[in-house]
Amino acid sequence: MSRQDVLVTADWAEQNLDSDGVVFLEVDEDTAAYDGGHLPGAVKVNWTTELQDAVRRDIVTKEQFEQLLSAKGVSDGDTVVLYGGNNNWFAAYAYWQFKLYGHADVRLLDGGRKKWELDGRPLTTDVVERKGTTYTAKDADNSIRAFRDEVVAAIDTKNLVDVRSPDEFSGKIKAPAHLPQEQSQRAGHIPSAINIPWSKAANEDGTFRSDEELTKLYGDEGFDGSKSTIAYCRIGERSSHTWVVLHELLGHNDVKNYDGSWTEYGSLIGVPIELGSGR
Amino acid sequence: MCAAPDQGITLPAGTDLSKETVLTGRVLAGGEPVGGAFVRLLDGSGEFTAEVVASASGDFRFFAAPGTWTLRALSRSGNGQTVLQAEGPGLHKTEVAVA
Repeated sequence: MSRQDVLVTADWAEQNLDSDGVVFLEVDEDTAAYDGGHLPGAVKVNWTTELQDAVRRDIVTKEQFEQLLSAKGVSDGDTVVLYGGNNNWFAAYAYWQFKLYGHADVRLLDGGRKKWELDGRPLTTDVVERKGTTYTAKDADNSIRAFRDEVVAAIDTKNLVDVRSPDEFSGKIKAPAHLPQEQSQRAGHIPSAINIPWSKAANEDGTFRSDEELTKLYGDEGFDGSKSTIAYCRIGERSSHTWVVLHELLGHNDVKNYDGSWTEYGSLIGVPIELGSGR
Repeated sequence: MCAAPDQGITLPAGTDLSKETVLTGRVLAGGEPVGGAFVRLLDGSGEFTAEVVASASGDFRFFAAPGTWTLRALSRSGNGQTVLQAEGPGLHKTEVAVA
């Protein structure tokens, strides 16, 4: 993989809004921003209600994913360009999910909604309708998804990259600072994890830093490129952002996203938890 | 949830200002509110902590901790930042001018 296979620039996106075989999907945890104005032709995807199972805590199944994309008018051969607010966190999660279910050509719009808005590029409230398709997904590729038991087994063995803010990592707070601190699970981090906040991988306009900057960043923070890696955060979307960096942009092998993340780990009975700043 | 919630002047129900350190403010350009600005909360070392999108009236808020914070706003009207000292729990107000 190289950067051109993973990301599209805002310029490219603006030039390809009407291109055949290119589908833009705006993904977010809630879709209020889309309703206030979206990229012309972009289809809305609600991360909470459409990419997550409504009953069990899990991502949608292969069959649910097929139904969703068929209804959204996405074909197997389309180039899917994902973007969203919140620094592309949920778009990155969707990117990981598209890879998990084997979509051939999926990209992230570098900078997401933020750069698009700051650039003053066009937004519209026009209703977008696409003709339904029959989308076929592949079986889930769990080589990029970590589950709780392998996370516990990875302590002191693999790179565990905790991408939350330093205060969440140390156990001072249980959620990011833009949210009320009402969560009830335990605070702290998985023992032996290194804290490399997702935000260090992004510029302030939401674009990813250069490959050179990213390589230096992870090296300086103690990331061992010879080891397997599991990335986690609180609900798995910020760690998807870092998964894109490590697996897709920098090309490290065996990098998994732990989508259960701290809301699962910090609620498990009996697992070890470390407090403080780590190293 | 983990995304930045809608911003507004009214605090969420149940916010206990005797315990929570809430930073609140408004983004202004030439004295006029700037809606939709991206407001970033940076800690005392300048490290990113959180980001929200200001409401149509330019309002934003963060749930932080006592300490020194930088509030940096990015907008079509320009960028700007201000430093806010939160001595302890309670409501701490500021304004961020962009140009």
